[in-house]
Amino acid sequence: MSEHNTHVEEHRDDEASKLGMWLFIFTELLLFGGLFLVYSIFRMQYPDNFHESSMELSVTIGVINTVVLLFSSMTIAMAITAIQKKNKKLTLRLISVTVLMALVFLINKYFEWGHKFEHGLYPGSDLMQFLERGHHLYFSLYFFMTGLHALHIIVGMILLIICFVKVNKGSITNDKFVFLENGALYWHLVDLIWIFLFPLLYLIS
Amino acid sequence: MNTEYISFLDHKGKYTGIRSWIFATDHKRIAFLYMYAIASFFMVGAILGLLMRFELISPGETIMKPQTYNGLFTVHGIIMIFMVVIPGLSAVFGNFFLPILIGAKDVSFPKLNLFSWWLFMIGSMLAIASQLLKSGPPDTGWTFYAPYSTTTGTNVIAATTAAFILGFSSILTGLNFIVTVHRMRAPGMKFFNMPLFPWSLYATAWIQLLATPVVGITLIMLIAERLFGIGFFNPDLGGDPVLFQHLFWIYSHPAVYIMILPAMGVITEIIPTFCQKKIYGYKAIALSSLAIAGVGFLVWGHHMYTSGMSEQARWFFSLLTFIVAVPSAIKVFNWISTMYKGSIDMKPPFVFALFFIFLFMIGGLTGLILGSVATDIQVHDTSFIVAHFHYIIFGGMGFAFFAAIHYWLPKMYGKMYNFKRAYIAAISLFVGFNLLYFPQFIIGIQGMPRRYFDYPPRFQWAQITSTIGGVILVSALILMITNLILGVRRGAKAPANPWNGSTLEWQLPSPPSVENFDEAPVVKENPYDYN
Repeated sequence: MSEHNTHVEEHRDDEASKLGMWLFIFTELLLFGGLFLVYSIFRMQYPDNFHESSMELSVTIGVINTVVLLFSSMTIAMAITAIQKKNKKLTLRLISVTVLMALVFLINKYFEWGHKFEHGLYPGSDLMQFLERGHHLYFSLYFFMTGLHALHIIVGMILLIICFVKVNKGSITNDKFVFLENGALYWHLVDLIWIFLFPLLYLIS
Repeated sequence: MNTEYISFLDHKGKYTGIRSWIFATDHKRIAFLYMYAIASFFMVGAILGLLMRFELISPGETIMKPQTYNGLFTVHGIIMIFMVVIPGLSAVFGNFFLPILIGAKDVSFPKLNLFSWWLFMIGSMLAIASQLLKSGPPDTGWTFYAPYSTTTGTNVIAATTAAFILGFSSILTGLNFIVTVHRMRAPGMKFFNMPLFPWSLYATAWIQLLATPVVGITLIMLIAERLFGIGFFNPDLGGDPVLFQHLFWIYSHPAVYIMILPAMGVITEIIPTFCQKKIYGYKAIALSSLAIAGVGFLVWGHHMYTSGMSEQARWFFSLLTFIVAVPSAIKVFNWISTMYKGSIDMKPPFVFALFFIFLFMIGGLTGLILGSVATDIQVHDTSFIVAHFHYIIFGGMGFAFFAAIHYWLPKMYGKMYNFKRAYIAAISLFVGFNLLYFPQFIIGIQGMPRRYFDYPPRFQWAQITSTIGGVILVSALILMITNLILGVRRGAKAPANPWNGSTLEWQLPSPPSVENFDEAPVVKENPYDYN
């Protein structure tokens, strides 16, 4: 960007980049940590309401989305191995599959949310105000947590698309792939958070 | 490598003019960007504070309506906390001196560093806009307590979004510093070969990184509460306003240590220099920074003794609050021990450092009164609290900032300021400060609530004294800043090591070159040995 860029590039430090990404992941975990805290407190206060509300969610869609995300975590991990083996074409394919999986996840989420909206169940709706308190809080948490997670999916997709472009251009190569690694780390984080959201919202009763 | 010396201020890079600053990735230029921005915000905040003092000079309405007063103390708090004291020392002096003190050429991520500054400016602009937009300045206090913050008609969303963005900027600065300390130390420099200012920045950076996201999500919840009525903090919908207070203080108490730890670091650098002695108890000071950072996460409940908590929780938080005072005291004892038998040279930075110790101790000891449950309930939400945290934040962090600028200005600009004016400014600041805040302790114990527009006439003597103190304080600030600007513009040229300092930065020319070091410095066992 400016004058002394030269020495910054001279001193490429992949360890530093990875450490930076891990630290950023800590902050993301604590961001969701605040929500998990709120969830556990309200769950303790309204165990019955939370149980009844969670029955409203479709476990099938939840399972599909979990599998989709786990699969995408695998493909992005494979992409890193592929780039190390200098297989650019396979890397590009694997990144595309990952992005595609992310898209599938979002489409599923769209239908899931859309279904709730049709029944008048969305944040700020009239129906929400008449629900029992525990039900209200459960669905508020549901929309808040999955909404924030979906936002992270979108950010992750953008990161992966940038990875795709960089691999295609040749600025991510077999001896310089820390950007792809960090993108993948972020993607694993998005996956990991879902691994917690899924049982908390869909399964525990 | 080019060994010809060109200072970073004169260096010709890709850009010229203003763009060579606002697009700079050099950590020293970014430090200057922060400094100019923060100094301006500080003056705005100080003037708002002075307006409040004028309002309080007599009971009843004096110069403004109650609602304006509510807006003023909120705006004063938001500006001072989120835009001045939290970034203050680490973004200005941390940016400038962290890489130099560990023998590095820059931070690990220079572009991210610039991005943090841009985020900081965007957040600040939004915060200022929230004061001017149509529905009126937020009137919740800087703490945004629910449920009032979820129902008031003022610009709470803009203000909380601003705080969120400022928090994000703070996180990225912390992240950058942690990685820098881990990866950029000069070859051969171990953690315990680092000077103590980097140690304090390192501890601070962990707090920035781990605590800030919690307030981030809390502010988003507050925004969602206002927009959609999610009900987390609304008892009508089953939520719990006390939950907001918990989440808020889980960040905002550690944030106090974001403010004060770098201040302690600055003082730890200044005292050995002006005593011409090595710092006493190096390891104890280094580890006490980490201890403060660690224990500081677990004391948030002491803000909420009267909010409704179990008896066990209250004594637990009280105990931890007493424990967190121990490492702070360790530092104070070590500073005093360093002075013992030293050859003390009362230059302006040292005078500020002494004032810091005095004011910080008053702030710290009154903090214990607030940490113990029984006495806290007596003075909770009175002007005693206001006095206590101004002694810590202004008397502590503020005076440390002044000490730091008087200490490092010759290195940063290569110019020296006028000592006589600096002494006059320092002493008037000290006198004005005590006149302003000490009476608030007394009337606080007698029952003067904080954030009140009006008061019974028996408190007027203290309010008048405080207002006089406020006028002296602001005048002294203007004198100090004028003196510094005159020093930079027309002052004598400063030598490379005007104070005979023994840390790494004084081995460089003033101001340093863009690359700081032509070659990596030879690391010494003791960081106070480079002389």
